[in-house]
Amino acid sequence: MEETQRHQRRAALRAAFPATIPVMTGFLCLGIAYGVLMQSKGYGPGWSVLMSAIAFGGSMQFVAITLLTTAFDPIQAFLLSVMVNARHMFYGLSLLDKYKGLGKVRPFLIYVLCDETFSLVSTLEPPEGVAGKDFYFWISLLDYLYWITGTALGGLAGNLITFDTTGLDFALTALFVVLFLEQWKKPENRPAGIIGILCAAVSLAVFQADNMVIPAMALVLAVLLGTRRRLDRSGEEGGR
Amino acid sequence: MTLTPVETLGIILAVAAGTQLTRWLPFWLFPEKKQPPAVVTYLGRVLPPAMMGLLVVYCLRNVSWLSAPHGAPELIAIAAVTALHTWKRNVLLSIAGGTVLYMVLVQAVFV
Repeated sequence: MEETQRHQRRAALRAAFPATIPVMTGFLCLGIAYGVLMQSKGYGPGWSVLMSAIAFGGSMQFVAITLLTTAFDPIQAFLLSVMVNARHMFYGLSLLDKYKGLGKVRPFLIYVLCDETFSLVSTLEPPEGVAGKDFYFWISLLDYLYWITGTALGGLAGNLITFDTTGLDFALTALFVVLFLEQWKKPENRPAGIIGILCAAVSLAVFQADNMVIPAMALVLAVLLGTRRRLDRSGEEGGR
Repeated sequence: MTLTPVETLGIILAVAAGTQLTRWLPFWLFPEKKQPPAVVTYLGRVLPPAMMGLLVVYCLRNVSWLSAPHGAPELIAIAAVTALHTWKRNVLLSIAGGTVLYMVLVQAVFV
């Protein structure tokens, strides 16, 4: 019994790892950049790894460097984190069903839910014979470890990297493009995909790069709710 | 270090608390054992494609469209990813191909 379980878990790891390779590229790259930047402000690898392991906040951690180099203000740090990471709420809403009944691993999956893990988990289905729970667990754990490893490498040895890595973090952009195309395969997903692009583009044009996320989310939400009658076919019985 | 170790830890915990709140809130509002309202189920279905589109634009937020090279490296690389992926449907190949092309473009072509 235990033997087959272990076997199944290993099969899940074999299925999950290739899917996370683009995240590995991007996270090692950005994690190293983060570790180097923290180091340059006098916060060694111990501090940057602690931040990555506990907060696991991606872009918010870069914002937090500003908070670490000014007067102590934890309230502002808290509020800013909520705003910068507000998009996670949409991820949770989308994963209510997939993360249902997963038992002990569920709190961990929620704790480390980030853009990249959400994109993979919501777009990919576990292959035949692999339990969703194990598949999602490995994707989440691997992505989490890539970020921490990158941070540690940056803090410890960031200055040793000599080849030009400019543009390597495009791997994450490419990942989102590919997962967008995977969503696009299903015709019923297309209107929502276009809505996401247009709302974000409008928000970027109006509110500029640093403030685009919250207005873009609000706009996406408003448009999706406004077009629900047209887009929501789940209530129609009999199929067309 | 600008802050003391205790203050640094305080900031780390504050950032973690804010970030975790955004991750847990939906799961607290709609617990496993209850059926969420129909509108939430609807949003759960349409948000993934919408957010994927949003994230692509978000990744391009710092491109300066109005000055040279007008986002050409990004647009060319995205076109390459799309073409590769439509052709071969191999996730790793599409991403690796697009990333290598992008690195060549920003390091050697549009300098």
